[in-house]
Amino acid sequence: MALETAQIQDKLSATFSDISFTFKQERDILAVEVPAEKISAIILFLKNDPELRFHFLTDLCGVHYPDNEVDRQMTIVYHMHNWYENTRIRLKAFISGENPEIKSISSIFPTANWMERETYDFYGVDFIGHPQLKRILNMDEMVSFPMRKEFPLEDGGRTDKDDRFFGRTASNN
Amino acid sequence: MSELLLPPEHRYAKIMKEKLNEDGSELSILNLGPTHPATHGIFQNILLMDGERIIEAEPTIGYIHRAFEKIAENRPFYQITPLTDRMNYCSSPINNMGWWMTLEKLLGVEVPKRAQYLRVIVMELARITDHIICNSILGVDTGAYTGFLYVFQFREKVYEIYEEICGARLTTNMGRIGGFERDWTPKAFELLNTFLEEFPPAWKEFENLFERNRIFIDRTVDVGPITAEKAMAYGFTGPNLRAAGVDYDVRVAQPYSSYEDFEFIVPVGKSGDTYDRFCVRNAEVWESLSIIRQALEKMPAGNEFHAEVPDYYLPPKEDVYNNMESLIYHFKIVMGEVPVPVAEIYHPVEGGNGELGFYLITDGSRTPYRLHFRRPCFIYYQAYPDMIKGALLSDAIVILSSLNVIAGELDA
Repeated sequence: MALETAQIQDKLSATFSDISFTFKQERDILAVEVPAEKISAIILFLKNDPELRFHFLTDLCGVHYPDNEVDRQMTIVYHMHNWYENTRIRLKAFISGENPEIKSISSIFPTANWMERETYDFYGVDFIGHPQLKRILNMDEMVSFPMRKEFPLEDGGRTDKDDRFFGRTASNN
Repeated sequence: MSELLLPPEHRYAKIMKEKLNEDGSELSILNLGPTHPATHGIFQNILLMDGERIIEAEPTIGYIHRAFEKIAENRPFYQITPLTDRMNYCSSPINNMGWWMTLEKLLGVEVPKRAQYLRVIVMELARITDHIICNSILGVDTGAYTGFLYVFQFREKVYEIYEEICGARLTTNMGRIGGFERDWTPKAFELLNTFLEEFPPAWKEFENLFERNRIFIDRTVDVGPITAEKAMAYGFTGPNLRAAGVDYDVRVAQPYSSYEDFEFIVPVGKSGDTYDRFCVRNAEVWESLSIIRQALEKMPAGNEFHAEVPDYYLPPKEDVYNNMESLIYHFKIVMGEVPVPVAEIYHPVEGGNGELGFYLITDGSRTPYRLHFRRPCFIYYQAYPDMIKGALLSDAIVILSSLNVIAGELDA
C-alpha cells in the first residue's frame, strides 16, 4: 500500500508540533514548505522514520525569486524518495536572498555534497557545515553567482544580436 | 616537489611531509587528466600515490560546463531539446523523450499508444548504444580492442535508424510535444528488423569473449566494489546501483510511456564491482532487445504518431505554406506564444546511467522559470575518489570507464 499523503502530513505535524507546515499537492508530488532553520532535523526525521522511510535524496537545487520579499528570495528544493512505497516528497526551504545560508545535509546524505557545491556555485548559498564548500562547475576565480536572475545570459552591451523575443516577458504579450 | 604543481598550502603537501615510509620512500603526486586518452572525456584527478597505489584523489570537474540551466531559462521549450541532446550524448533520444514527457505532463497531453511504443523502441535503442559504448570501452581499457571494433559497427546501424527517424545521428533533437515530427518510414522499420536480426549474435559473441575471459576477470572482479548502502547514500541510480544489488529502475517504479505493458526483468548484480557493472549492462541489452520486440509485436495498427494538440504541435509544412491559420499557429509555436500553465513538475526517466530527472518550474511565460536537470553522472561521480582509494592506477582507469561517466552529463 502506498504511503498516504495524509499520513505524511500527520506524522510531520505531530513530530514537529511547533512548526506550521504548508502542504501543497503539486501534481504527483506532495510539496512541503519547511522553515530553513529546521531543515536538517526534518530531513533526518524523514529519512529515519520507520514508516516514512524517505531514504533516498534524489535531487537538491536552488531557485531564485528576486521579486519576493528579501527573506524569501532564495529557495532550496529537496526531492526525497521512498523506494519501498515508491513515494516522493518535495521540501522547500525559503531563505534570505541577501545573505543566503542554510544548514548542510551532506552529513545525512553524502550525495548532497556535490549538489550543495553546485547550488553554492550558481546561487551563492552558504551551506553551513559543508566539508568543502567551493565552486564545482565554474572556475574558482569567478566572482558572481550566475544562476541568479539578475545575472544576464549574455553581455548586455552587445548590439549585434537582438534576443528580446526569447527573453522573459511578464505577460507573454 | 615542484611548487607549480602543488601549492604548499594544499592538503596533499602536508600529508606528504608527514608520511614517510619506513624504507625512506616518499609519496608522490600524479596528475591524471584533464585530457588523457584513457579517461574518455575531460576529467581531472590529482592523485596522491604510494608507488602504484592510490591513497587519495581529488577530482576537478566542469571543463565542459555550458550553462544549460541558464540558457534554458532564456529559451522557449522547443529550443531546449537540443540542449538535452548534449548531456548524455551516447543516448540522446532518452534525454529528448524525457524532456517531451516532462512538457506533456505539464500541459496534460495524452500521447497515442502507437507513439508511446515508438518512443519505447527508440529509447531502448538508445540504451543499447549507451551500453555498447560503456562495455566495449571497458574492454579496450583492459586491453581487448577487438570486441570494441566488432560491436561498434552496430552502434552505427542504430545511428542509421535514428537518421531515418529524425535526420540526425548523434545529437538527435528527436520528437515533438505529443509524439514525433513525422511517422517512421518503412525503411526505418526495415533497418530496425535487420538490426534485431544481426545484433544479438554479435552481442552474444561479445559476451562470450569477455564474461569467462581469464584476463578480463582478473582485471575487473573485486575492482572498485561498492556496497548497496554506500551506493544509495551516494545517490547511485541505474546500472551502477543495480550492480550493487538494488533493483531500482524508474521504468518499473514509475512507468512512463507505457513501460508497464512490457515484460522485462531488472538484472541485478551482487558485489557492485566492475565485473558486476559489466554484466548488468550486458543483461540489460538483452532486456532492451526483448522490449523492442514486444513493442513491435504489440504495436497498434494505424499510422498515428502524434497527439492532436494544435496548440503545441507544429502543423504540416505544406499547410504552413498554403494556409493562413496554419502559418499563424506555426509562428506562434516557434515564438513560444503558447498557453503554459503555472506549475512545478518533476519527471524522471531511466537514462543510460540512471534516473535522469527534469525539475521544471513555469510561471506562464514562454520560457521555463527554472529548469534543473538531475544528472545521474554528476551525482555518482562524487563517489569516484572513494572507490579508487587503495586501488592501482590501472584499476582507476577501469573503474572510471565502468561507471560510464559521460562528460557532457557530468558538466551540463
